[in-house]
Amino acid sequence: MKVLVPVKRVVDYNVKIRVKSDQTGVDLANVKMSMNPFDEIAIEEAVRLKEAGKATEVVAVSIGVAQSTETIRTALAMGADRGILVKSDETVEPLNVAKILKGIVEAEKPDLVILGKQAIDDDSNQTGQMLAALLGWAQGTFASKIEFDGDKILLTREIDGGLQTLKLNMPTIVTADLRLNEPRYASLPNIMKAKKKPIDEKTPADYGVDVKARLEVLKVTEPPQRQAGIKVESVEQLVSKLKEAGVIG
Amino acid sequence: MTYRAPVRDMAFVLQEVAGLGSLAGKGDFAELTPDLIEAVLEEGAKLAGDVLAPLNKSGDHEGARLEADGVKTAKGFREAYARWVDGGWGSLAASPEFGGQGLPLALSTAMQEMWNAANMGFGLCPILSQGTVEALTAHGTEEQKRLYLPKLVSGEWTGTMNLTEPQAGSDLNALKAKAVPQGDGTYLITGTKIFITYGDHDMAENIVHLVLARLPDAPAGTKGISLFLVPKFLVHADGSLGARNDAKCVGLEEKLGIHGSPTCVMSYGDNGGAIGTLIGQENKGLACMFTMMNNARLLVGTQGVAVAERAYQHALAYATERKQGRSIGLTLAPGEMEPIVVHPDVRRMLFTMKSLTEASRSICYANAVAIDRAHHGATPAERAEGQARADLLTPIAKSFSTDIGCEVASIGVQIHGGMGFIEETGAAQYYRDARILPIYEGTNGIQAIDLVTRKLPLGNGAVVKGFIAEMRETAAKARGANHECLALIGAALDQGLDTLDKATDWMLARLKSATDDCLAGASPYLRLFGTVAGGHFLALGALVAAKAEGDAFLAARLATARFYAVQQLPLAEGLLAPATAGAETLYALDAEGLGA
Ligand SMILES: Cc1cc2nc3c(=O)[nH]c(=O)nc-3n(C[C@H](O)[C@H](O)[C@H](O)COP(=O)(O)OP(=O)(O)OC[C@H]3O[C@@H](n4cnc5c(N)ncnc54)[C@H](O)[C@@H]3O)c2cc1C
Repeated sequence: MKVLVPVKRVVDYNVKIRVKSDQTGVDLANVKMSMNPFDEIAIEEAVRLKEAGKATEVVAVSIGVAQSTETIRTALAMGADRGILVKSDETVEPLNVAKILKGIVEAEKPDLVILGKQAIDDDSNQTGQMLAALLGWAQGTFASKIEFDGDKILLTREIDGGLQTLKLNMPTIVTADLRLNEPRYASLPNIMKAKKKPIDEKTPADYGVDVKARLEVLKVTEPPQRQAGIKVESVEQLVSKLKEAGVIG
Repeated sequence: MTYRAPVRDMAFVLQEVAGLGSLAGKGDFAELTPDLIEAVLEEGAKLAGDVLAPLNKSGDHEGARLEADGVKTAKGFREAYARWVDGGWGSLAASPEFGGQGLPLALSTAMQEMWNAANMGFGLCPILSQGTVEALTAHGTEEQKRLYLPKLVSGEWTGTMNLTEPQAGSDLNALKAKAVPQGDGTYLITGTKIFITYGDHDMAENIVHLVLARLPDAPAGTKGISLFLVPKFLVHADGSLGARNDAKCVGLEEKLGIHGSPTCVMSYGDNGGAIGTLIGQENKGLACMFTMMNNARLLVGTQGVAVAERAYQHALAYATERKQGRSIGLTLAPGEMEPIVVHPDVRRMLFTMKSLTEASRSICYANAVAIDRAHHGATPAERAEGQARADLLTPIAKSFSTDIGCEVASIGVQIHGGMGFIEETGAAQYYRDARILPIYEGTNGIQAIDLVTRKLPLGNGAVVKGFIAEMRETAAKARGANHECLALIGAALDQGLDTLDKATDWMLARLKSATDDCLAGASPYLRLFGTVAGGHFLALGALVAAKAEGDAFLAARLATARFYAVQQLPLAEGLLAPATAGAETLYALDAEGLGA
């Protein structure tokens, strides 16, 4: 079984995000970037499948600027076998990412694609679902457990108020949720080995995709500053304050 | 408050300031590229921040305990150590022949900074193992290397160094431990060693003790000391573990700090003798131990950087949260206050912490790169130059950085106000932990003597003069860069170098004729040297930083170098008088008079 895992380079989760003064987006200049945490979980799951003898090869794909190679290297250091970089200096929207991935899936013929459920930069939560639709494959989103039942996948997913288990036909699209696993730290020897693993370089055009944006961003703003709080003396005062603030009727 | 390794700063200092860039990408380090350096630092930073740092406070609180079957480390240390071993971190700088990754010592020094900033009580263990690996690699027999190195490199086994005895601390002449040859190539070791760091613990299945002892017919003094390898569990020829050796921890010290690190009284030979094998030649043990100690001294200096960095991160976070007072001239509603970071005196403290930490980090990393040049330089001349530079810098890296560790940790307490004195905050722990650093691995007083009496005379003064000339070049570059801030930095550095020149000439002229006068000024001289060298390295960073615009990180390098030039470098001049005052004043009173 071959597993494909798309990994995205995003602003590191520890970085305090600043919005550009012209409100066109987030300031990325000299900001620390790392792998999208949900994608780390996806890679971890794929590597575990390989270690368990279920997967034979794990391929990590990243679509983005040249430095996305670093993100692929992180995946390789965690245990992926090889990488594919689809280079684009422009922002690639989820639908275009899904189209490029479709091209890669057709070329690579994986049995399973594991994606992060969403990227922590734009929180779109669309790519996996769009890819499944484009390919006409089964999909299991927000996975918290992946098991195998013969040639089918038993997938536990987190839904409001509980867990749902799906039986899915292969090939399948899976998107990883937070509790699927706890990603490992790469070991030093594996970081060294990752340097020697191959990374193919491609462009969106290789897959016949035009990455021109279809969505227009009107503006990006900081969340409103939190106002200083006050201490209320009684429940009555609390209720009246909440009414004043228009929070309750 | 958790710890985040300053990865970008570490990479910057390694490559742009300490000179690792000149070794990377060729020769023995052909595979070393900037992205690899960063990947290694990043991954280590996760382990340091997420696994080791959370155990710092609990390790301090709980400490290590001696139980009937040996020493138990604080809760979580075993598991954390296992993860450290799984990560292969012990293998970083070791030779590929024994399972090492063959990466530069300089990179390993940055990693050691991380482990120790995250958790000094924990970080001591990897430091001692690294020293053991170095000593065995340099002086071990083929058999010793084959049996012990792979396990030490992987971290499955750990190392210790056993010099100190109750009557032999700074002065090893008085060392008493005995080693009697058994005729089969082994020796029976007997004696008591004190203050042995990680002398026993439960994190690894075996411990490899390097022990200094005397043969029966050995000459008196340090010329009669040999080095022995004494394992906790004997090791069979096939590598499997045998009987428990007669080497035991019989007591743990109660300490001011580093409670997570067991400091053991070790008893060798209570039941007849501990079996050991000789490392290197008979009676040449001290030289072998010094291979280990020189790098260990650098790493203790690095611990000073580590604790300073940790204290700084903690203090900075507090200074931006704690509200008291307001900026001069600012009107606020009654009861409203600003964070203390707005006050000039708090800024002075923060900048002092930051700039001294960076200065000492640069000195330590430059020392490490010099050792890398000594081992991996392309030509014999480059290797010799690297060794000489390392020899010169080692006592400075050790003393200056550990004094800075204490001072910065102390300022960190101060920034917290009353809360700094309260254990709950955590700032006090760094202060307590830092205090050992100027003492062990050769006290800072001993380091100063080493600098003045052994390092200044190297090459008849050529080694120190060569370094000063290099620093002059930095000053000239900064002055000539047509950049206001760099010009100021360059001028301050030149002034510091004038002072260093004077003090150095004074020392060199009197070393033979008036040694006592030189010894009397050795400590202020070392501080003066460190202060100026720190200015040189910060200026090197500033030269790189000034080229880029709009990068907050690089802007901070420039601002920090400028602060150091204005607030720290001028202090060198004040050290000239004490460094060159001679011994007479110090002996104006006899021992009795000192009590009068
Ligand atoms: C927590 C801890 C861990 C340690 N770990 C180890 C370890 O793992 N292995 C090991 O072997 N040792 C270890 N030590 C011992 C440590 O290295 C010694 O304590 C140190 O070398 C100083 O020796 P001493 O304590 O006998 O002090 P002394 O030598 O008695 O020194 C007392 C004072 O006199 C000064 N002094 C001494 N001689 C001179 C001189 N000639 N000129 C000027 N000043 C002088 C010193 O600078 C110092 O200020 C450890 C100690 C501690 C506290």
